[in-house]
Amino acid sequence: MAKSSNTLKLKFDSARQFAPAPESKSAATIKPRYELFINGEFVKPLSKKYFATHNPANEEKLSEVADANEADVDRAVKAARAGFKVWSKMRGKERSKYIYRIARMIQERAREFAVIETLDGGKPIRESRDFDVPMAANHFFYYAGWADKLEYAFPNRQTAPLGVAGQIIPWNFPLLMAAWKIAPALATGNTVVLKPAETTPLTALKLAELIQEADLPPGVVNIITGAGATGAALVNHPDVNKIAFTGSTDVGKIIQRAIAGTNKKATLELGGKAANIIFDDAPIDQAVEGVINGIFFNQGHVCCAGSRLYVQESVYDEVVRKLKDRLETLILGDPMDKNTDIGAINSKEQLAQIHKYIEIGKKEGAEMFTNNCKLPGKGYFCRPTLFTNVAQSNRIAQEEIFGPVLAIQSFRTDDEVIEKANNSPYGLSAGVWTDKGSKIFNLTTKLRAGVVWANTFNQFDPTSPFGGYKESGYGREGGLHGLLPYLNLQ
Amino acid sequence: MATSTIKKPQSKIKSTNGVQAKQNGHPQAVKPTDDDRLKVLKTYKIYVGGQFPRTESGRYYVAQNSKGEQLANVCLSSRKDFRDAVGAARGAQGGWAGKAANNRGQILYRIAEMLEGRRAQFIDELMQQDATKQAAEAEVNIAVDRLIHYAGWCDKFQQLYSSVNPVASSHFNFSVPEPTGVVSVIAPQDSSLIGLVSVIAPVIAGGNTCIVLGSYSKPLCAVTFGEVINSSDVPGGVVNILTGKVAELAPYFADHMDVNAMVYCEADAATTKMIKEKAAMNLKRVITYTGKNWITNEGQSPYLIMDTQEIKTTWHPIENIGGAKAGY
Repeated sequence: MAKSSNTLKLKFDSARQFAPAPESKSAATIKPRYELFINGEFVKPLSKKYFATHNPANEEKLSEVADANEADVDRAVKAARAGFKVWSKMRGKERSKYIYRIARMIQERAREFAVIETLDGGKPIRESRDFDVPMAANHFFYYAGWADKLEYAFPNRQTAPLGVAGQIIPWNFPLLMAAWKIAPALATGNTVVLKPAETTPLTALKLAELIQEADLPPGVVNIITGAGATGAALVNHPDVNKIAFTGSTDVGKIIQRAIAGTNKKATLELGGKAANIIFDDAPIDQAVEGVINGIFFNQGHVCCAGSRLYVQESVYDEVVRKLKDRLETLILGDPMDKNTDIGAINSKEQLAQIHKYIEIGKKEGAEMFTNNCKLPGKGYFCRPTLFTNVAQSNRIAQEEIFGPVLAIQSFRTDDEVIEKANNSPYGLSAGVWTDKGSKIFNLTTKLRAGVVWANTFNQFDPTSPFGGYKESGYGREGGLHGLLPYLNLQ
Repeated sequence: MATSTIKKPQSKIKSTNGVQAKQNGHPQAVKPTDDDRLKVLKTYKIYVGGQFPRTESGRYYVAQNSKGEQLANVCLSSRKDFRDAVGAARGAQGGWAGKAANNRGQILYRIAEMLEGRRAQFIDELMQQDATKQAAEAEVNIAVDRLIHYAGWCDKFQQLYSSVNPVASSHFNFSVPEPTGVVSVIAPQDSSLIGLVSVIAPVIAGGNTCIVLGSYSKPLCAVTFGEVINSSDVPGGVVNILTGKVAELAPYFADHMDVNAMVYCEADAATTKMIKEKAAMNLKRVITYTGKNWITNEGQSPYLIMDTQEIKTTWHPIENIGGAKAGY
């Protein structure tokens, strides 16, 4: 009922005094050391090297994992090639049941996966529990059902799997990205070698244990850990038929160049700098919530984060005031606490990167506003931050920060905001807030982005194709369209 | 460099009474009668932004057939010509993509009509470029039919490749194909007409605009097809046609930052590698067609339209009223 002009400011002091509600670490078992998962077994790396993975919320070592070198990659690819002979010939309905089995087993162990995801990556337990893990299970469940229905998917064409897929995933949604990569590859009859990010390898290795228990034929899924060099070895391996990569645009370009002289196919899901647009007829409170979710979900470590906000001039002051008020209520702290909204930044390097951009923003003349909350004494944390008085040419409005930093600009007309929104090399996602349906569809068709959220933001579903335009990459993940990158049509 | 004087093949230059016209003579030197008039020779220019300029470089080459007969002076297009064409294509893209699909279909149909009306000219050009009469007639027929095939797809392929996605949350969620934008195309080099038509049609049927490099060795139909396009209600800039050398222009086709996708139809491995490497600069989509026999039905398919499309997914919440959850 309250009119936007006379809403009361919440009392933040009391709001932050929630009693701690920590999730128990005992829900998960983490081994002191993990080996490489190749050919259905955990094997010691030929490199004989291991590296540590830490909890970014307290900088404590959680475990150590193998550092796969070129020889290890070769072993994994050979196993996947051998596995392909079995897997690609298996009847679709049998493949289907294996994948369903994985989905069910993830659901059974959801709590354990959620705890490990939060410990290893720093994201709030509420997000791992309610988003990452159930979505990962659903992704397997969705694609499982495609395995025996491929002949219906592409009219007038026969489908054939590509072979061995080399898959490289980022640290922002470790288990979910593994699911996005593995599920469609298996459903279409390919085998995989997956490399999780070096800062968040644990849930992928936990998934390897689960896949071993699910009794998948050896070599169908191989999971190897390592850093950039391991990824490069996988991309360059001559017996890999397909590269699926989610990560930065810079690395995506390196991959396209690296495979230029080969017949390898690629799907690249890369960076973004999404425009989130609020028109003056939008439901403002709902829009403010959407903007907060759009940029601060997962500490802003989201390639499709709504990091550029455009507000129509007549509601600019109101929106900015409400955003500041809302931002002050966000609870930053222990990711394992169920009250926490903003968890830990994934790594020291990423925190430095975000700080660098905050300094650039200030130097460029933008005005900064942050939540005044106390930062925990240990771990990598960054207060949710917004910048006003931003120019379109400012680096904080052009470059992907991958952190909880929002750049706000105003606009007057539809044409102006369309031009500003599209003025980016990226094109992954965008958001539109207005009550007017005809305006929504005018905008959604003109915004050059692969996913457009109207009066909502950061929604995902296994049935919904996701992927970018322009320098945000190519290929789709999710839905029927997500099958195509793993198939040859004949 | 070639000489500027061109010896035209007989079929083209001969006047109706069999007397060889003097090419460099003054027009007045020939009697202006129906039986004995000097033929007007065609200047083969490039087609950019709805106009027919000469290459800005002032360079040209002489197209010859296998008998060594000189057919025409043809523009040797430059990097600058390509850049101008990209500007024209970008300028035309929004308007072309924004046209009703039905309207795009009518315009493609119109291209087919205009091509049909110029059958004789294209058959003549194909024959000058070594085709037999029978092969030339077949190629023109198939080119016309191919345009009509794609005219029909303009408002149909979207329905084949779109989806309403049954998401678990209360949202209306759908995915549709959209044009990728500006597409640079190196047309099949061994074909003068059917290759060119087969690669232009799916790109523009899907709402893209394009810059196409015609066949170097058989360039006549590319230029004449530009005239067909120009008289078919296709807005200027939607199709831009250049003539010139693949080796010279391919790197620019691949690395221009305002081109969204590139189509390459040759099997040359080194060039393919170069194109993919340069295309990485702005993550251009690279589509290669090798070993396709364009004269057959494998040269047409809605999947070829989809090669230069992006899938856009749109979400909108659904209100929940009255107990049961709304959904699709």
